[in-house]
Amino acid sequence: MTNIIIAGGRIIDPANQIDQIGNVYISAGKIVSVLHQPDGFTAKLTIDAEHQIVCPGFIDLCARLREPGQTHKASIASETLAAASAGITTLCNPPDTQPITDTSAVTELILDKSNRINKAQVLPIGALTSQLEGETLSNMVTLSKAGCIAFSNARQPIKNSLVLRRAMAYAASHNLLVIIHPEDPWLSNQGCAHEGAFASRYGLPGIPETAELIAINQAIALAELSGCRIHFAQLSCARSVELIAQARARNLAISADVAIHQLAFSEDDIPIFDSHYHVLPPYRSAADKQGLIKGVAEGIINAICSDHQPHDIDAKLGAFPETEPGISSLQSMLPSALKLVAEQALSLSQAIASMTHQAAAIINHPGGTLAINSSADICIFDPEQVWQVNNDNWLSQGKNTPFWGQTLKGRVTHTLLNGSVVYCQQPLSL
Amino acid sequence: MDKLQLTDQGHLKHFISIEGLSKNLLTEILDTAESFAEMSAQKVKKYPLLRGKTIAILFFENSTRTRTTFELAANRLSADVLTINIATSATAKGESLLDTIRNLEAMHVDMFVVRHAISGSAYFIAQNTAPGIAVINAGDGQHAHPTQAMLDMFTIRRWKKDFSKLRVAIIGDILHSRVARSQIQALNILDAAEVRVIAPKTLLPAQVEQLGVNVAHDLETGLKNIDVIIMLRLQKERMTGALLPSENEYFNSFGLTRKKLAIANPDAIVMHPGPINRGVEIDSEVADGSQSVILEQVSNGIAIRMAIMSMVMQAGGQH
Repeated sequence: MTNIIIAGGRIIDPANQIDQIGNVYISAGKIVSVLHQPDGFTAKLTIDAEHQIVCPGFIDLCARLREPGQTHKASIASETLAAASAGITTLCNPPDTQPITDTSAVTELILDKSNRINKAQVLPIGALTSQLEGETLSNMVTLSKAGCIAFSNARQPIKNSLVLRRAMAYAASHNLLVIIHPEDPWLSNQGCAHEGAFASRYGLPGIPETAELIAINQAIALAELSGCRIHFAQLSCARSVELIAQARARNLAISADVAIHQLAFSEDDIPIFDSHYHVLPPYRSAADKQGLIKGVAEGIINAICSDHQPHDIDAKLGAFPETEPGISSLQSMLPSALKLVAEQALSLSQAIASMTHQAAAIINHPGGTLAINSSADICIFDPEQVWQVNNDNWLSQGKNTPFWGQTLKGRVTHTLLNGSVVYCQQPLSL
Repeated sequence: MDKLQLTDQGHLKHFISIEGLSKNLLTEILDTAESFAEMSAQKVKKYPLLRGKTIAILFFENSTRTRTTFELAANRLSADVLTINIATSATAKGESLLDTIRNLEAMHVDMFVVRHAISGSAYFIAQNTAPGIAVINAGDGQHAHPTQAMLDMFTIRRWKKDFSKLRVAIIGDILHSRVARSQIQALNILDAAEVRVIAPKTLLPAQVEQLGVNVAHDLETGLKNIDVIIMLRLQKERMTGALLPSENEYFNSFGLTRKKLAIANPDAIVMHPGPINRGVEIDSEVADGSQSVILEQVSNGIAIRMAIMSMVMQAGGQH
């Protein structure tokens, strides 16, 4: 572990209300000082961050790595490298791996492998029910001890409200976080697009807004009954934001995140039958998109995540309803967030906060801050650098992005994990 | 849609959807079909327009009427026709849609006529075929059935001449109907005075007004001042999804009987894309009555499909 100075960057650390040009000092993997040089500090490595932004490494609450089980789509190695190149130092992996993350063995496999590769910290989310079948509870305490940081049923429904009630009550007894992907399976009815003008015009099976609202209302009522701390993952409707604000006004422990691409697109932006825009929950109306952005700006939505879902080429090659949903989005997260900043929809500090300490708080993670003695997980990015999404620059194994071939603005130049440089755009000169 | 369907000169190279086509182009299709219809009345019905061309008719979903009229149309244009029912063919064995298309391309097919149960399939095939190969959509999922819509426009024009004065009612399962979506687009492009849909709310898509229609939920108000009545086929499986209580109740509310027909204008014509469910959406008395043009629609289907096939082949040749 070497002493490092990150020199001359604009330091933005929303957790500590810092937005100032200066240096960050790192020793033995930890931040030892910000702005003020410690006595006798000499650095082996100085990273020039002039004209760049230095902020805590991003904490991504939902990114699928496809390992174990679907390494034809992606792997822990490929996706943690892509994460590092995107300034993401911690990412949470949902339990719909193959086999499903409902045993200590799978949890440990993910942790062992990601620790060995050491490009980003991977935190497994455990299955809330065995095999995600929505029938019996998983061994939550055992899984928690093995390293699962929260529990969810991913996008698999728990149709029986009694099972969900008991899952929440059990989680609450052990102070475990339950993550809900809100969607009523009966109303969503295997739809593939927002039930609105776009789906009506192209004859696509629609998912009504109500599918999300009913699931949110149900989960809030059950959380109130069980005293469980719940987190809503990847909201898609403006009215969902209202429901969460109302519940929080009653002092319920409820948090929420939104996928970055839901803040970038609405149903109006979908080119005819373009499967790269097939996501779940679907892109909804322009008013929904605005409502979600407002939710982030007002702090009702705590975090922005990537909702990264890398796919192989075949998964997206077909008629829209037959293709697999999801986009590869680790590397477009920062540029998309910066676009919202450029459009003055969010302040830079808000955008960074929602990807760092506010996300960390949800999972009780100590990161997302540049506080003294915290682990030196740091992202350095050039907000003006323009780059093209192509095979040279796109490190995720999943090329399924609507941005393919396009030019994005804002690029990570360095990422540090525990004080080690895990990504560097240009080779470092020591 | 325009970029995919039209050449740089604005000619039709694929026919996937009515969406985005101009009034002039739709009129050109109708006029071309008119000349083929006149020729079909003659003793020798075969023309050498597509001689030496190979047309693959790919049906991933069963249909007798549409498939037969496409085959007849292709035969009358002297093309070599290959009909493949995929339900009993390779994709049933796990071959992908794209592989099926690639294999047929390797056999130097010039045109695909595609029927598929999934919305967007024809669009996907057109996007992925080699340049110079034309794709005609013979119905994809709930998205579009543009040749059916055009043969309906052809039939309407023969009876009513001027679209601008016409009020057209489409009755039945709009939600699941690719035919209705294409008809609504065609009628709006041809400047029909009004397109009205009549159905219970369970059979209407979300924000249906945005498709360019007025909405009624009963025949009594819906059929007033109507010049053209288009009945849609009610699929039996609609009863299982809690969309409708029973065929009987549906017929009582939305079935076209002589009495209900009398609400419309006296010279209104009755249309149906077929096959008819007698006693479910339409009474036999009306289906076989003097105002019905249902069988004429079937004959017109051949002329329209000849017109579209010859037009896309010509555009392909210029390209």
